[in-house]
Amino acid sequence: MAADNPTLGQGLAAVVKRDLLLAFKRPGDILNPLFFFAMVSTLFPLAIGPGGDQLQILGPSVIWVAALLSSLLSLHSLYLSDLEDGSLDQLILSPQPLPLICLGKTVAHWLVSGLPLVLVSPLIAITYQMPVETIGVMVVTLTLGTMSLSLLGSIGAALTVGLNRGSALLSMIVLPLAMPVLIFGARTVALAAADDVVSAGVYFLAAYCMLALSFSPFAAAAALKISNE
Amino acid sequence: MMPWFTVSGLLLISYGAVVGLFYAPPDYQQGDAFRIIYVHVPAAYLSMMAYSIMAVSAGIGLIWRMKLAHAVAAGAAPIGAWFTFLALATGSIWGRPMWGTWWEWGDPRLTSELIMLFLYFGYMSLRASIDETSKADKASAVLILVGAVNVPIIHFSVEWWSSLHQGPTLIRKGGPAIDTAMLYPLLAMILGFTLFFAALLLARVRTEVLHRERRSRWVRNLVLGESA
Repeated sequence: MAADNPTLGQGLAAVVKRDLLLAFKRPGDILNPLFFFAMVSTLFPLAIGPGGDQLQILGPSVIWVAALLSSLLSLHSLYLSDLEDGSLDQLILSPQPLPLICLGKTVAHWLVSGLPLVLVSPLIAITYQMPVETIGVMVVTLTLGTMSLSLLGSIGAALTVGLNRGSALLSMIVLPLAMPVLIFGARTVALAAADDVVSAGVYFLAAYCMLALSFSPFAAAAALKISNE
Repeated sequence: MMPWFTVSGLLLISYGAVVGLFYAPPDYQQGDAFRIIYVHVPAAYLSMMAYSIMAVSAGIGLIWRMKLAHAVAAGAAPIGAWFTFLALATGSIWGRPMWGTWWEWGDPRLTSELIMLFLYFGYMSLRASIDETSKADKASAVLILVGAVNVPIIHFSVEWWSSLHQGPTLIRKGGPAIDTAMLYPLLAMILGFTLFFAALLLARVRTEVLHRERRSRWVRNLVLGESA
């Protein structure tokens, strides 16, 4: 191996940096899912109507569903723009292992789509009159949950890249896999609101996230190779 | 093989259905309503079995690049989806008098079985939307392997979490917890459903292979030879 070959870490960092840079050149791509998240979270209180403690009970579930849907929104473009301008071929041909590149792209995707959601969610939670202690639990579970969603979504995006009906198909593929995350995420926040034990749910989400982290890059890489052959 | 599977499967199903529905004694708690077990259990078991078969053949297809394995996975999907639906529907009908509810959202087994139905749908729509057969094969094989995580979750869901659904009755420590008069028709139904499934699967795989090779000479000879 030549001495000036980049290490794995450098390769990962380069992919993350490149995708972040691309994302910041088009701020709409970051802001749209965020606005969508805020809008959906606004729709529910409007539909339920003012007053009553319904919102307090439904709040965690609404925030979770909104987060799930809005992170789906940006998934479609994860590999698509690279496919369109041909850089996907270059990435596949590059000496860096493809799973690493997939991981890098997924990390960048989470940083621009998952992390903003997590940061905005306390604001929405406050308007839902959720207690402050619950908000802490919600932020932790949402962090783990959005990471898992990005990782799962990366597989789905790699499978559907370049397909005509890709967007709707992507939801059909990713949502069943994401249901456990939703169940445990929303339940844990609801338990926290009822002053119950939350550690089990948090552990499960963390385990799910770790599992996705260890398998998803390889599955996504295999899927990319298949879609791009 | 197909006629054998069909005939023996139908024989077993009719034996199981007649004995199960008319001769087996009513349950001391559930009365006659328990008889839906003779459809519910085989359907539920086959819904998971079909998925496992798909996962194994998807793996074989990806690793050893066997086209036949992909054809098996593709053929098993709609049958598996139907059995999943059947299991959910009969379970729901059964749940209404017994649990007092058609559907219980908090229940892990119901939820995981429903997720499996969606996985089947996702698999079939992914296949349908890729025109190139070999690409569709491989892409959907990856999906089926990712979704395979769900199968053990369904199987163990009644042991891991508290559930409305009862625990395992047939395969458990200390032998089956069911009277032999009820057990034998049930076993006959399970075996009969399995044979029926095998026959359907063979028919579907045969069609699938013929469809894939529709441009090759041996298929043309076969079809023209038969029609001549």
